[in-house]
Amino acid sequence: MKRYSKIMIHVVLIVGLLISLMPFLWMLATSLKEPGEVMLYPPKWVPAIFQWKNYVEIWNIIPLGTFIKNTVIVTIMCMIGELVTASMVAFAFARLRFRGKNFLFWLVLSSMMLPGQVTMIPIFILFKTLGWVDTLKPLILPSFLGGGAFYIFLLRQFFTSIPKELDEAAKIDGCSPLRIYWHIILPLSKPALATVAVFSFIAHWNDFMTPLIYLNSIEKQTLAIGLKWFQGQYGTNYHLLMAAATLALIPVMIIFFVAQKYFVRGISMTGLKT
Amino acid sequence: MIKLKNNIKETIYGYLMISPWLIGFIIFIAGSMIASIYLSFTNWRLIGDSSWVGFENYRTILSDDPRFWKSIYNTAYYTFIAVPLGAMGSLLLALLMNQKVCGIKIYRTFYYLPVVTSGVATAILWSWIFNPRLGLLNYVLGLIGINGPDWLLSEVWSKPAFILMSLWGIGGSMIIFLAGLQSIPEVLYESAKIDGANWWHKFRHITVPMLSPTTFFVLVMGVIGSFQIFTSAFVITNGGPADSTLFYVLYLYQNAFQYFRMGYASALAWILFIIIFMFTFIQFRFAKRWVHYETLQ
Repeated sequence: MKRYSKIMIHVVLIVGLLISLMPFLWMLATSLKEPGEVMLYPPKWVPAIFQWKNYVEIWNIIPLGTFIKNTVIVTIMCMIGELVTASMVAFAFARLRFRGKNFLFWLVLSSMMLPGQVTMIPIFILFKTLGWVDTLKPLILPSFLGGGAFYIFLLRQFFTSIPKELDEAAKIDGCSPLRIYWHIILPLSKPALATVAVFSFIAHWNDFMTPLIYLNSIEKQTLAIGLKWFQGQYGTNYHLLMAAATLALIPVMIIFFVAQKYFVRGISMTGLKT
Repeated sequence: MIKLKNNIKETIYGYLMISPWLIGFIIFIAGSMIASIYLSFTNWRLIGDSSWVGFENYRTILSDDPRFWKSIYNTAYYTFIAVPLGAMGSLLLALLMNQKVCGIKIYRTFYYLPVVTSGVATAILWSWIFNPRLGLLNYVLGLIGINGPDWLLSEVWSKPAFILMSLWGIGGSMIIFLAGLQSIPEVLYESAKIDGANWWHKFRHITVPMLSPTTFFVLVMGVIGSFQIFTSAFVITNGGPADSTLFYVLYLYQNAFQYFRMGYASALAWILFIIIFMFTFIQFRFAKRWVHYETLQ
């Protein structure tokens, strides 16, 4: 390939990247500014003095520790629930034969197209009747009931690619399907499980609407809602908000960097075979 | 005899292992759908009594509710511009990155980063960037001599602002396109080259058809997703100015959780479902004309 074209491509990609990353850089820069510096025009890219104390102040001005604790609880519980139940359900659809399997799997697929708003209100009423509003339970329970069609679909596609001979050998040795699932399929599915784990982490860490609907008191709020608290009636504490947002971004970025290849694999698994 | 016993055993295990999903489906999906249809025929307001009102909610929505139609217009405006633009942009990026350039992993990571950022933080960040007098965007536009509009404070420019925000997240579709591009067999391009095809021919006759299932997926998911835009509108504009960013799900949320008109909101939810279903159905119908599912073998 001509060198000229290769360089041009790099140029275009880098320009696009700078445009894409500029908001992030702005976020980082603003998080280290003094309140007065935020509103400066022309915009100031580098703060006069790096206000590292912003990162301390955010812990005092809102109960950030509580928000993070709640978010961590919800995220980890949901990840566990989704990994276990989605893989179990996917295994049944991939490996076992039972009456009505195809119809049920078609139901799984169709439910992916259902807008959440249709079921949102009755589910809210259900949880309200149970007295679970303003607890973390409504945020966690659905993950233990299959965790969503997307993960079931992804894992099922992956499981079908594992050779059946392994199952059969185990069956001859007298293993029940449950044991085959646990001892054979799961260990071989680490990439797919990692993908689900990563997607799940990010989805729950950033979830806004569900906590918004179910959580009322301050002690129960999650990080996503907490960030909105910097947006006051009389103006927004941008420098503190950006510090908190940067903080909230760090776990996600770490997970993403570490598990990047699983992301791509996971998306390509579902994006193509539909 | 053993075969029958095995069949029964497999059936039992099958249902046992899908039971979490089955229970969830019955309660949270099937049951909720039935409950929400029922609700949509009542005038329940969360406290006090309710009564059956038949199609009254639907009638009101369709003939007596201008904000409903505004929200449909806003959502359609946003969806039918943001989705094609986003798809084209992400396809272009994917094509560029597929050219065996080194450092592809780095590009991929950073382009995808906006997608994994918290929606709330992103929204507030962008609301600042769009600030008419002090924000980054108008500053940059000013540098090249353009007097930037009022963006989120203007009825005309608020939706374009949201569209621009959505373009920031094209890394998601880009990765899907990239995966699709990388699954096109090299053989096809090589034999085309031997036949004397230039890059346009290759693109039009190999890339586009072979990529069409992926493109279809991106468009379908894009439409379904864009129709449900909520967080950014809720956080930044709350539907303003003058309802110009009152998107459908935001309007639904207001009816359900601010005005507590549960029956009405349920009717709104079902209308949304019907609309999305219709568009997805239409897309599937048209798919037969342009989506190629041929495989090499």
